[in-house]
Amino acid sequence: MERRTIFSDRLLPILLVLPQLAITIVFFLWPTGQAIWLSLTRADPFGIRVQFVGLENFWDLFADPLYTATVLRSIFFCALVAAISLGLAMLLAVAADREIAFRRFYRIFLIWPYAIAPAVAAVLWILLLHPQIGLIGRWLNALGLGWDYKINGGQAMLVVILASAWKEISYNFIFLLAGLQSISASVVEAARMDGARGFFRFRTVTLPLLMPTVFFLLVVNLVYAAFDTFGTIWAMTSGGPGKATETLVIKVYRDGIVNQDIGSSSAQSVVLMIGVIALTALQFRFLGRRSGGE
Amino acid sequence: MKGRIDWPAHVVLGFGVLLFLLPIWLVLAGSTLQPDEVARGELSLIPRLSGLDVYARVLIEGSPGTGPVWRMLLVSFCMAMSIAIGKLAISILSAYAIVFFRFPFRMAAFWVIFITLMLPVEVRIIPTFTVMSDMSLINTFPGLTVPLIASATATLLFRQTFLAIPDELFEAARMDGAGPWRFLRDILIPVSATNIAALFVIQFVYGWNQYLWPLLVATDPKLDTIVIGIVKMIGGETQTEWNRVMATAVLALLPPISVVVLMQKWFVKGLTESNK
Repeated sequence: MERRTIFSDRLLPILLVLPQLAITIVFFLWPTGQAIWLSLTRADPFGIRVQFVGLENFWDLFADPLYTATVLRSIFFCALVAAISLGLAMLLAVAADREIAFRRFYRIFLIWPYAIAPAVAAVLWILLLHPQIGLIGRWLNALGLGWDYKINGGQAMLVVILASAWKEISYNFIFLLAGLQSISASVVEAARMDGARGFFRFRTVTLPLLMPTVFFLLVVNLVYAAFDTFGTIWAMTSGGPGKATETLVIKVYRDGIVNQDIGSSSAQSVVLMIGVIALTALQFRFLGRRSGGE
Repeated sequence: MKGRIDWPAHVVLGFGVLLFLLPIWLVLAGSTLQPDEVARGELSLIPRLSGLDVYARVLIEGSPGTGPVWRMLLVSFCMAMSIAIGKLAISILSAYAIVFFRFPFRMAAFWVIFITLMLPVEVRIIPTFTVMSDMSLINTFPGLTVPLIASATATLLFRQTFLAIPDELFEAARMDGAGPWRFLRDILIPVSATNIAALFVIQFVYGWNQYLWPLLVATDPKLDTIVIGIVKMIGGETQTEWNRVMATAVLALLPPISVVVLMQKWFVKGLTESNK
């Protein structure tokens, strides 16, 4: 879509886009180009000579069982975070969409957690689940379950999944509730007249109409789980114990910043970039369809 | 249906409210206890008023290994404000240029901005760090904020808003002889006030909640944000004074939660309309 009416200044618009463009080029495009270039090179052990090695860093990466394990772990982590968060948010949104007392109260109390930082969510959950001081953690130990996520890898994974999913419920709730409210009351009423009720009506009438929102949220949640959970995981377990909670972003950070392995870290960055581009493309393809349908 | 209480919905929503309120309440109550009580695991859900002085103490002294919390709050506040206002300003200006002017490489500029959607910091950690140190922006306040100011989502949203403004409004302004600046100030900004308010909330929370970026570019304790500070506090497990950690957690949560709750109406509208 284009506007018919325009101003005729030539220099002014360039000055107007310049700040945004400059920041984008200096801090986004240039480093991205660098990442791609670095991923194709390798420095000698003393860091003096840099040599072009083609795709070798990538072959090494995918031949490394530790890396493929991290890829699988990240997929597992993202899938569970998205599923738990979306599932609970759906339950809450369906309940909040009903004509009940205190609905404004409920909504405010389900929306504010949007403001919680991922790293602060980690702190809150540590205080709940810490084996010695946590309310739930101590209780689990009193039951004789041997709870200590600092030692037990499976428990550590559970803990970071719960904290990450919890933090994202509000975001999903806001969108699902808005989606439910935009479903025309007459459609639901018609289904009711036809005798569709309860879960059956939800599954056959409401859910299909809500599908575009759910799909959009699924992509957003996967991106969130893959990238924005760095703070949560780093604060809770730093990727440990061992590599039990090491996701792809944790590994990039560890290899690049902590261990200074630039070539491999850049190759990992490029792999992540391809992942984001794929997810964004998916989202836009689908978003295009949604705006076309409405 | 009228008159009957919808129990299942109340149970589900009550559970949801508790799911978020309980951890916060626990931290609030825990912050007022003695550190050794917390360390022994004697957390209670009843706050002790006499313990409230912990807030004054963390604000002024901080916790072992960190600076005072007032300073972290100040850094976080300045960072969140700069990012939110900066993002709004440059996004409005660039959307204005792209929608209302014709200039060479207009669409190229649009795509360059658009592409940043696909390049979160997390995927370009090392080279971004290198660029930052080449420009000697490590451990500076501009380094903490300026790179986060570029925003494709805000630009896209303002572009949509501007495209939807009826031509008549524009013609009327032109008849009155309004130049580009007056048009921006008197018409575009008032018309998009709701969007600006909503985006302000979203970007303030975004700026306040940053963790990886400050971890990367600001190692100087003077530039510790509250989020960085609190993670530092729990780092030294053995000597952690948990009541101070909890008090800091409460202080870290208050500003972004207040912004969201106070501006809830615009925030929800803006969020769901801009699709992120």
